[in-house]
Formats: sequence, C-alpha cells, structure tokens
Amino acid sequence: MYNRLGGSSMADTGVVETLLQRIEKLDGGVDSLGVAASLGVDHQVIVGAVKSLQALGDVISAELRSSKHWELTEEGIEIAEQGSHEARVFNSILLEGLPQAELMKLSFGKIGFSKAMSNKWIRVDKSYEGGPRIFRTVESIEDQVREKLLLVKQGNAAQLDEKEKNELKKRKLLTEVTVKSYWITKGSSFSTTITKQEAELTPEMIATGSWKEKKFKPYNFEAMGVAPNCGHLHPLMKVRTQFRQIFLEMGFSEMPTNNFIESSFWNFDSLYQPQQHPARDQHDTFFLSDPALAHEFPLEYLERVKKVHSEGGYGSQGYKYDWKMEEAQKNILRTHTTAVSARMLYKLAQQEKFTPVKYFSIDRVFRNETLDATHLAEFHQIEGVVADKDLTLGHLMGVLHQFFTKLGITKLRFKPAYNPYTEPSMEVFSYHEGLKKWVEVGNSGVFRPEMLLPMGLPEDVSVIAWGLSLERPTMIKYGINNIRELVGHKVNLQMVYDSPICRLDS
Amino acid sequence: MPTVGVKRDFLFKALGRTYTDEEFDELCFEFGLELDEITSEKEIISREQGDSKASGASDVILYKIDVPANRYDLLCLEGLVRGLQVFKNKLEPPRYRRVSPDSGGPQRLIITKETAAVRPHAVAAVLRNITFTQERYDSFIELQEKLHQNICRKRSLVAIGTHDLDTISGPFTYTAKAPGDICFRPLNQTKEYTATQLMSLYRTDSHLRHYLPIIEDKPVYPLIQDSNGTVLSMPPIINGDHSRIRLQTKNIFIECTATDLTKAKIVLDIIVTTFSEYCAQPFTVEQAQVVYPDGKTCIYPELAYRKEKLSAEFINKKVGISESTERIAQLLTRMCLLSQPTGVRDEIEVEIPPTRPDVIHACDIMEDAAIAYGFNNITRTTPPTYTVANQFPLNKLTELLRQDMAAAGFTEALNFALCSQEDIADKLGKKISQTRAIHISNPKTAEFQ
Repeated sequence: MYNRLGGSSMADTGVVETLLQRIEKLDGGVDSLGVAASLGVDHQVIVGAVKSLQALGDVISAELRSSKHWELTEEGIEIAEQGSHEARVFNSILLEGLPQAELMKLSFGKIGFSKAMSNKWIRVDKSYEGGPRIFRTVESIEDQVREKLLLVKQGNAAQLDEKEKNELKKRKLLTEVTVKSYWITKGSSFSTTITKQEAELTPEMIATGSWKEKKFKPYNFEAMGVAPNCGHLHPLMKVRTQFRQIFLEMGFSEMPTNNFIESSFWNFDSLYQPQQHPARDQHDTFFLSDPALAHEFPLEYLERVKKVHSEGGYGSQGYKYDWKMEEAQKNILRTHTTAVSARMLYKLAQQEKFTPVKYFSIDRVFRNETLDATHLAEFHQIEGVVADKDLTLGHLMGVLHQFFTKLGITKLRFKPAYNPYTEPSMEVFSYHEGLKKWVEVGNSGVFRPEMLLPMGLPEDVSVIAWGLSLERPTMIKYGINNIRELVGHKVNLQMVYDSPICRLDS
Repeated sequence: MPTVGVKRDFLFKALGRTYTDEEFDELCFEFGLELDEITSEKEIISREQGDSKASGASDVILYKIDVPANRYDLLCLEGLVRGLQVFKNKLEPPRYRRVSPDSGGPQRLIITKETAAVRPHAVAAVLRNITFTQERYDSFIELQEKLHQNICRKRSLVAIGTHDLDTISGPFTYTAKAPGDICFRPLNQTKEYTATQLMSLYRTDSHLRHYLPIIEDKPVYPLIQDSNGTVLSMPPIINGDHSRIRLQTKNIFIECTATDLTKAKIVLDIIVTTFSEYCAQPFTVEQAQVVYPDGKTCIYPELAYRKEKLSAEFINKKVGISESTERIAQLLTRMCLLSQPTGVRDEIEVEIPPTRPDVIHACDIMEDAAIAYGFNNITRTTPPTYTVANQFPLNKLTELLRQDMAAAGFTEALNFALCSQEDIADKLGKKISQTRAIHISNPKTAEFQ
C-alpha cells in the first residue's frame, strides 16, 4: 500500500480523487471506514489512497484512530444461521425421546447436550431399556444465543450488555476486532486535483525553465538504501591483524610459525618439560601416525638437553629420570607456539655475538582436549618474547602493562603460577568493570635456565615471555558465547558479514 | 591444577583465625593458590544427583582450593596450613628428623629379583605413635589419593600403601608372583580372592578399574607380604584388609613401590613430613631399611635437606627489587626455605627441605623470594631493549592479499585444519594416500583425523 518512488497506480488515482471530493464536501472531515463502506471498496484501498496523499505533502491531514467492534466468528456465523447447538439438540428430540448414543453422533451433539442440560431443557433417563434416552423437559425454547448473535450480525452489538458479549466471546462465538481507521480532514495545501509529483529533475526541465512550475517528490532520507555488494573479513582475523599491529608498534619481529607439525623435542624437551609430564599424554596432545617420527636434530644440543633432564647441570638438580630419544622423536601437532620461540632462541644462541631480540607470533595450536562452548581442538595463540641481558620480573610486568594498555586494559594484577618451562611464572589478571571482578587475561614468565643454557645463550641473558589466546578476546569483543559460532565450517556466514571493525583500545 | 577440598572451619581453626571469603581469597592470590569454589557436600550432591539425594548430606562449608601442579606439599589441609602459617610468619618451618627405632633394628623391606620385570623400586618408612582423629584420618587417605593422581601419574609411576604396623610383623618381602599364586582378602572384602579373580572383580569398580592395565598383562604381579605370609598389598591395585589403618592405629608402616625411584622418594618424604606432626614426637620419622636383590641396603626416608648458596644480588637483579641480604633471607624463610646470611659479602645459604622437591634450581628460590615480597609490590620498569621490528614475509604478503580479496568482494572464511578422511578423500572419490594429508594417531572424534 505504501507508495514507492513510482507514483500511484491507475486504480488508486480514481479513488484518491473521489476521496478528495468527499473531503471537500464534508467540511468537518470523513472517516475512512465510512468512505470505504459508501464507495463499496475494501478499507485497505482507502488506506492506500490516504498514504499516497500524505506523500504529496500537506494535502490532507489524517489522524489515526482505532475503534473496536464486535464480529461473529465462523462458528458464530454458523449458529446465527442454523441456531445454537443446544437449540438444535432440543429440536432433534421428538416426543418419544432420542437415544443418547444417537444424539452424540450429530455434529452439534456434544456441546449442545451439555448446554441444553444446564439450561434444563432436556433430561436423561439412564435406566431406559436399550440405553440412556433423552427427553424434553419443556414444551418450547427460546434460542437466546442465536438471537443475540443476529443482533451483532446486523450491527446492533450495542444492544447487548458487556456481560452477554463476554460470555459469547468465551464460547468463541464473538470476537472483538480492532479496526484502525483514519479521520481525514483538509490539509494546509488542500486541493481536489492531484498533481503528479516529479521524481527526477531532468536537463530539459532546467533548459525550458519548466521546473519552476513543477512539484517535486521529497526525498525520503529514512528509507534503507540498497546494500552494495562487498567482501568481508573474518572477525577473528581482524582481531589478529590488530594484535599484529600492536606487536609491530612495540618493536617485536614476527617469528616464522608456518609449521603446524613439530617434533616432541622442540615442543616439549627443549622447553625443559619432562617426558612424563601429563601434557604429553595421549589425552592432551595429538600424535601423528604418519609421518610418525622426526629424525633431524642438532645432535650436540640434543645431548645437552638429555643431560639436563636426566642428570641436571647448569646449577640444576634436573628431573632425574631416564630420558628417551624415541619420545623426543615423536611428531605431534604443536600444542603451543612456544616451540617456535625455542627454535628462534636456539638460532639466536648460535650467533657469534649476542644481540637482544623481541619476537612475537600469532598462530594456530592444537590440543586434544574435551570440546565445549569455549574449547576447540584447534585455536590461536598469541605469544611475545623478549631476550636481553639482565631482564627482571619488573621488566616483564612493564612490558605487559604496555601491551595491555594498547588493548585498553590498564588495571593489572599478577599472581604466582606454575609452568614447567618458566620460573617465576605469573598469571595476569585485569579488572572487568562489567563483572566487577578480576579475570585472567594471560599467562607469563621468565624462561628457566635449564632451557636457555643448553642452547648456548650467555648466562646473563634473561628471556621473558607471555601469551594469551586469540579467541577469547575476540569472543568478548564481538559478544559471541560459543566458539563454534566463531571458528570452523559450521559458522553462520551472516556473523562474518555483520561483524564491525576491530578497535581493540576502545 | 589439582584441587584440594578442605573444611573451612577446620582450616581456620588450624590457622588460628577466621577470614572472610574475600580475605582468604586475597591470601590465596598472594601465595599462588586459587580459591576456586565455596560449597558444601550437600551442594555438590545436589548439583550432581539432584536435591532428593542430597537431603542427608553435610552442610559443612568446604573450600575448594586450586594448588599449583608442582607443589606436592600443599595437597592436603595439613600442608596448606603449614605453608600459609610459615608464610604469615606465624610458625617456624618445622625441622624433620629421621630417627632410629627405640629398640631393635629398623623395619626391613626385602626386594626380590622378580620385581624387576614389573615394578622394580620400593621405599619405606614408619610413623611411630601417631594419633588420628576422624579428620586427620580422612586427610591421610585423601593425600594418598591426590598424590596418586598427580606425581604418581595415576599410580603408574608410584603406588602408596599404608599399613597398621601392629597387625603385621617384619621383615617384609616385596616380590612378584604369578597371578594364580596370589591369594588374600583385599580391603573391604569378606573372603579371599586370587589375583586373577580380583582382576575380574575390579573390572566393574568405578575407581579401581583404571589401574588394572598397569599390571594386568604382566607374567607376574607385585606383592608385599610380612614374615608370616600375610599379604600387605598387591600394588598398585589394592591393599590387604588385614593390615588396614583404623582410627585407633598407632604405628604406621608406609611402603611405596615404583617404576621411578626419584618420584617414590619424593612421595614418601611428602607423606611422612606432612603427618609426622601428629606423632608423639612431632616431626620425627622412624627409618626403615630396604634390601635390594643384590644385597645392597638403603635407609629411608631420605628426608634430605639440601643446601644451596646464592647471592642477594642474584635475587635482587632477577626480580627487579633491591633488598638487603637479611631481608631476603627472611623472605625465603617465610616460604619454608630456611635461610641465613653467611656473612661472606651478600651470600645467603638456603636450606631446601624435603617438602620442597619442586625447588631444583636457583631460579625456583628466586621465585619464592619474589612471592614472599609480593609480585604486585614489584616496581614495573620498561626494558631498555631497542629493536627494529620485521614482519615475516609470508605473513606480510598474506595481509596485503587479504585486504584486496575482501575489497574484490570475497568473504574470508576460517576453517579447521583438522578434517576427516571422508571429507578429503572418500567423498571426493580420491584415495587418501594420494592426498598429502598427515594422519593423527589419537583423534578424539572421527571428525578430526
């Protein structure tokens, strides 16, 4: 009904003009329902006419009114024609009565029976031979229900009082219908002729000057435009881009993490994580069946790692267990990007002269854990590493503060924690204004000497590191509660289309 | 992270004061623990099995505390209390001593060569004149269970057995016999079973069935007996009922059998140090002698106190604080690492007790100093490291391409790396060997292979 940019249709135009004429005649105003009735058209047609007039400016003024009136339901119509169920029941019972079983077969039998009983129009003789039999108790009846319905049908619903109407409503014979109609009066620029509004300004109009006499359709700035075809970036990747930016801004270089597969040696052993550690279990790590083992290792370094695990050294007691080569050779899907950090630090240690470095990586890791709303088998880890002489725990806290400030987080607290490859270890907590409590936002620590010294790094070099997951801040930022709605092939692409730009610091 | 459940009121009683939940939470945070949950037995049952089953259960408030995975000394109420009391300077770190028996020789545990095939190592010790209450007894049993789950790697590395010494008589023999040759009445049973029968019996036991595979397929099963042939235990499965510990038990014989000797020694030390406080002579442990198949002997528990020297400067430098030598010694003592300045420059001598097997390097000591100082008291500073950042060329190109692909109208999708064989081969009519896919040996679901 609402007119679009085109203009009114042919049929409507006739109605519109008639409507205008009516309004002119009846100075006080007209009711749309009344007009519809007298013109013999559907009310909606009049509504359409009203709306198209409204679009032209102040030709008319239409006030929306709603009125209620009563109408018969379908069942009500049936009763108005044929009589109420109870009356029909009464009329079907002849002088000799009617077996109850037979009555119940009739369509109006059940309801009619109970109503007629309560009106005391009939009675049942249960002990009759051949089954219960129904008899009339009165000579004749007045079908009041039918009469009331007929009144409503004729438009005289007002003659019934509220109680009667509500009763019939309860029986689902009447409904109250709300009708919206318009009370239409003349507007400030009323005229009985409608001039078609122009939708476009053409060069001809300008050239001939005819635009001065034309009326132009006003622009509707409220209308939704046509969405342009565009591409979309995945929100998790958008967040990744932002984190990458942050690291680059802080002078961190990106580590080459383009290897999902790692040997247990680099993923665990070189990090001083013992071979019996639960994280190396079948339950937590994905082991490969093909290719199953890695074979290339820097052998001298490997020997030093073996020694520090089994016997100690470099000031350490060691773990004192039998270190097995076969364990270290097992290929796995890496469980953390720290494996790459280990490779990088080893490479750094092989340099002639030590240079301080700052590394980062954001890439995928794999854990064989139980899956739930916040855990998947694969996710992304963010890691930052700083290696320099004489770094302290205070420096680690300083770097963390700088990093998290770029995320808009300024209130941090640190808690002692435990990681097999860092000592000291700290869990990083930030204050969540919404939840009004401290929540963990990351894990950090200083790498153990048993990890760094076998690599060949100088003794006064300390390496501090921290990490967090990429999915968690993304889910918080984009308000997603189930990780499966964010990552993977079962994601609703609409989420990707609708996700806003990623601004981490606000 | 292992979780220890303690009754709140007992905890406060042992600590000598009450705390509000917030105060205790704060204390845990400082020390490196986490107050994970405040609940009660009733609530737990209610949550797991429904309100009706919970109606008779206890309302006593329980604190569930998360303990770092390497602190075996904090796995029970006694350990937590000791750690916290020393931390708050309310208690001196106790001094544990290994003593000889008042009369006669030490209890002997003789290992035979048969055990080499299945579970070669064993250690033992005695707790003399101990007094149990119901709580202490429950705690004693709980600690063994927690150790079994953690450092013992579900009993596969070490298994603990505790026995009422007055019901048995040494010397004890640790051997291994064929399953058919083993017959005894196990804990909580009324009749005797052979080992083979026990394997079937416990197959449906929700608790014990997980341990059966450790010895099931071996030709011989481990067995500990006393001089009368009474079975003390069949590690790592079950103890004998005869020597079970009761509330009234006064003398306890503890044995730990293992495939990893280092861990067995640690486990033994942890148990005896934690519960020796309830002995008539507190913090003393009576020694036991282990005889190896080749005749060599060894006295246990080790209860080794190790000394390490480091400088205050080392600690100050690594942490980023500047404290005096005396102060640092005090900080370390608060973490149960009894320390004294030696008088030589800023050198400190640190004594690492048997309750702290997690301290294996000076950096562990340094961390403890930092915890005692308070992590959040350390001034944060910016590292002076000057570096110029480089992007990884592959990623740099990827980023540029992504932007332009999206501008061209493509939507970025993020798929799993893990997929099923069906999806990349079968459903496409390809042979899996032709794809260059890697295979996982232990997928959790068929979706990710």
